[in-house]
Amino acid sequence: MAFIKITSPHAHKPGNTGSVMQTVLLATLPGIAVLTAFFGPGTLVNILLTSLFCLAFEAAFLALRKKRIAFYLKDYSALVTAFLLALALPPYAPWWLIATGSLFAIVIAKQLYGGLGYNPFNPAMVGYIVLLISFPLEMSSWPAASPTLSDGAQLPGIIATLQQVFLGVPIDGYTGATPLDLLKQNQSQLISDLYANTSAFNQGRWAGAGWEWVNLAFLGGGIFLLYKKIFTWHAPIAMLASLGLLAALFYDGGSSTSSGSPLFHWLSGATMLGAFFIVTDPVTSAVSVRGRLIYGALVGALVFIIRVWGNYPDAMAFAVLLMNFAAPFIDYYTKPRTYGHKSGPKSQA
Amino acid sequence: MRKVWDIHGGVHPPESKTQSNHCAIASIELAEELVLPLSQHIGAPSTAVVTVGDRVLKGQLIAEAQGLISAPIHASTSGTVTAIEQRPIAHPSGMTADCIVLKPDGLEEWIEIDACNDYKALEKTEILAKIRGAGISGMGGAGFPAAVKLNPRPNQKITTLILNGTECEPYITADDMLMREHANEIIAGALLLAHLLDNPSEILVGIEDNKPEAIATMQAAAENTAVEIVVFPTKYPSGGEKQLIEIVTGKQVPSGALPASIGIVVQNVGSAFAAWRAVRFGEPLISRVTTVVGESLALQRNIEVPLGTPIQHILQQHGWQQENAARLIIGGPMMGYTVESPLVPVVKTTNCILAPSRQEVPEQPPAQPCIRCGMCAEACPASLLPQQLFWFAQSENYEKLREHDLFDCIECGACSYVCPSNIPLVQYYRASKSEIRIIDADKQKSDRARVRFEARKARIEQAEAEKEAKRVARKIAAEQAKRLADEKKALAGPQGTATTTSSELADKASTAAKPTDVDPATELAKLERALSSAQSRQERATASLTDMQREDPDNTARIESLQARLKQAQLKVNEAEQKLGSFKAAQNSVVATETIIKQKLTSSPLEQLQKSVDTIGKRLTTARQKLAEAEAAGTPTVEALRQGVAKLQQKLDTSERELVEAKAATSTASEVATEVNSDHNKTLSAADIAIEKAKAKAAAQANMSDTEKRAAQLTSLQSRLTKARERLAKAEAENNENIDAFRIGVEKLEVKLAEAKEDVKEKA
Repeated sequence: MAFIKITSPHAHKPGNTGSVMQTVLLATLPGIAVLTAFFGPGTLVNILLTSLFCLAFEAAFLALRKKRIAFYLKDYSALVTAFLLALALPPYAPWWLIATGSLFAIVIAKQLYGGLGYNPFNPAMVGYIVLLISFPLEMSSWPAASPTLSDGAQLPGIIATLQQVFLGVPIDGYTGATPLDLLKQNQSQLISDLYANTSAFNQGRWAGAGWEWVNLAFLGGGIFLLYKKIFTWHAPIAMLASLGLLAALFYDGGSSTSSGSPLFHWLSGATMLGAFFIVTDPVTSAVSVRGRLIYGALVGALVFIIRVWGNYPDAMAFAVLLMNFAAPFIDYYTKPRTYGHKSGPKSQA
Repeated sequence: MRKVWDIHGGVHPPESKTQSNHCAIASIELAEELVLPLSQHIGAPSTAVVTVGDRVLKGQLIAEAQGLISAPIHASTSGTVTAIEQRPIAHPSGMTADCIVLKPDGLEEWIEIDACNDYKALEKTEILAKIRGAGISGMGGAGFPAAVKLNPRPNQKITTLILNGTECEPYITADDMLMREHANEIIAGALLLAHLLDNPSEILVGIEDNKPEAIATMQAAAENTAVEIVVFPTKYPSGGEKQLIEIVTGKQVPSGALPASIGIVVQNVGSAFAAWRAVRFGEPLISRVTTVVGESLALQRNIEVPLGTPIQHILQQHGWQQENAARLIIGGPMMGYTVESPLVPVVKTTNCILAPSRQEVPEQPPAQPCIRCGMCAEACPASLLPQQLFWFAQSENYEKLREHDLFDCIECGACSYVCPSNIPLVQYYRASKSEIRIIDADKQKSDRARVRFEARKARIEQAEAEKEAKRVARKIAAEQAKRLADEKKALAGPQGTATTTSSELADKASTAAKPTDVDPATELAKLERALSSAQSRQERATASLTDMQREDPDNTARIESLQARLKQAQLKVNEAEQKLGSFKAAQNSVVATETIIKQKLTSSPLEQLQKSVDTIGKRLTTARQKLAEAEAAGTPTVEALRQGVAKLQQKLDTSERELVEAKAATSTASEVATEVNSDHNKTLSAADIAIEKAKAKAAAQANMSDTEKRAAQLTSLQSRLTKARERLAKAEAENNENIDAFRIGVEKLEVKLAEAKEDVKEKA
């Protein structure tokens, strides 16, 4: 009797790509919960719709590319893209916006490049940027967080949400400026005055009502992923460090032209979502430890630069896409020193 | 407590060691047949020194080592040699190889062995000879002949001897059990090896902290000796030679070099044990401790088993449920290889037989795309970037693979172990490595061919240059002779006294005949110098190749490159010899030309011409004969032969004509001779002859019209072209390696022919 012939190793650590992705999905739950608590069911509808569209597009393209659909859907990567896109989009976004974003994320940014593992750009961020540039109005209508609602006003219910999303029936008075918008539009007030006078800040504790908790929830999810060793600390911590460092440098004590404190930047907008769920996307980031430190730090710097001096209030998606471009370059120069070698990269040709 | 260092990466697979280390090392009943492969080690296979039917005793030498990097093989028990044939052996490729098959007689009759109470009384070379003679090769995995490592180069001072008791592979406990039961002998072995290595300042035994019993017994045995037991945290692959060195010394072995280059020698604890037994008791290596483990077995433990025992026999002794096992692994689950047949025997390197159940080692699920998560890079003990290597391996980008240090991969399997996408990374690396090796070998081959071709071309060119030089020399000599003769004639006029002597004439001719104006002595010295330097280069290359073969026989790439270098050196020597030879020949030919000229000038021209007529006549006869034979045999060369005959005929005619002319000229010359010294008589006549000849030739050419000449040229070119084409066709049919040269020749001829035709047309 002949036995199978197979090369070593014969042992394998349990788990697969699907389980990695599932863990990532699990880690988004606290953030989703907090978003829903502060902004109503819009986030959940977003997630539902992006998941539906993303899976549908993924399946359709796998079929066109004559791949095994079930096998590839089981890696859960399309679902991760769907979740991240949904969390980046403003709640109560119209369905066609979501469909367009999903199309660009899955089809253009991922499948056309060869599917999972071959995409140079983060799919969710590509989808987001396409929408942000094409539909600026829809993309900047963030709802007001519940603590900032005027007396008597309530978060939209399910019916109102569905009407808004599918039929375009507007919900009354639900939009509000985000803390990042407020800071960007701030002309004359000292930071302390701005904090005292605006409901978005005075209803919050550190960095704006609702948003600070959203960010803390994503931070929690990120720490969970670190604990699970889904990724290493290098890229997210480097990103937060460089963002904090720049914010501290340009804080100037809270004058009217201040760009906000490090704490404000850490707990505003998409900072934590970006740091732990976008920057850590392994496919599109640098690979070595040193590479990831550089990659993360540069993302943080770009986020700060665009937030403070750019046209957009938040900058995570732009920063990440720009650095996606740079990742192979960073890889080239950060090859680690191999055992028994004197220096890192052998050739610079 | 000694400081230990951490290595990059590493993984923690389930250790699975308790199944097999719960009981003492056992033994099993002898198999009905022992199969002893002639190659159980790295290096050259040994050669059998017994023949079928021989009765051998236990411990008797049955196969001799071949060369330095090889190991002898001894009979594991007494019995009869029943066959020497190809049998499946434990090898990753599943190949068969020559084996000596032994039928035990059950008597266990030992050959006389030579014990030694005090090895320190022996010369080191004697101890080494004992270790080599006992056939001890590395027992940890690769099976490198132990004696080679114990005999470092004189310029490499060994400062650290490390015994490897790490045993980081899951499941395997053979070294663990050996250390528990034979600690004293291992320590004695360590001291023995240290003695051989001129007592290095450190003698360390590296053991992972998951073997507390072994550590305790080893520490007890090492007390009051120079041996230090170094305990470090369990992590796979700490037991890799390079990794162990880094853990216990903090040093890294430079890439491509041997540990000895940084003053370190590593031996497996099993090898130290075997070396001790060999020196102390004179026992050759005929058995080893092997872990028999896996859930398809009812009994899992360590056994001491005679080398050559078929694995099937061992498994059957351990309650093997064959139907429950999907694969058979020699070695551990991380680096072990599967064998297709359970008939393969235990050899010197077999430290574990793993017969897992299907549940224990399930089939690998299909690979998913790489998401570049970097878990492999975190696990890699060599600090490589496996995900990048995988990417380049897929795209067969060998340049990038090299740049990313593919050849520093130790194939430990840590990357594949952690890969969430189940990509068989190590397989990709192995395939790429062998692919690159093949490419390198091909390149070397073609490089050698190119060198050969260029040498040949140079040779041909040189030969042609020599011919040309001779021709020029002859021409100049003739001109000189002519001028002298003219002078002579002038002198022979009214003044009537000749001043030039024939010897002067010859001297001038000889000067002219020299192809170059370089002093031949200097040239000769130069060539001789070149030859001696090439020879010394060759010697050096030979020396370094032998060194390399001894030091690191598994570094095939390096050895091959050294071999290539040697070849090149040899080539250079040949070339230099040739150059020198041809230079000498040219010198001789100059001398010869001089002699001929002198002869021609001094001997009677008539005689000469007569002689040449005779020779041509003879040649013509032979040629005619040959032609007749060829015609009779109907060989394809008939045409060529016929042409040859025609040419000879022509030559003969010319010569005869010349002879007649010469006779006439002689009479003229004799008239002149009455007026000059009789001494110069002949010379002058000869010179006159030469002049006459030249005149005649010029006249003939002048008589021949331009068109005729060209036509003649054209015809000859055409016939040459036809011949060349035939040759090319033949070469193509035979796939001759000179095809290209032929093709170039044909092309050149075609060009020449075209030019000639053009010329004819222009003139016409």
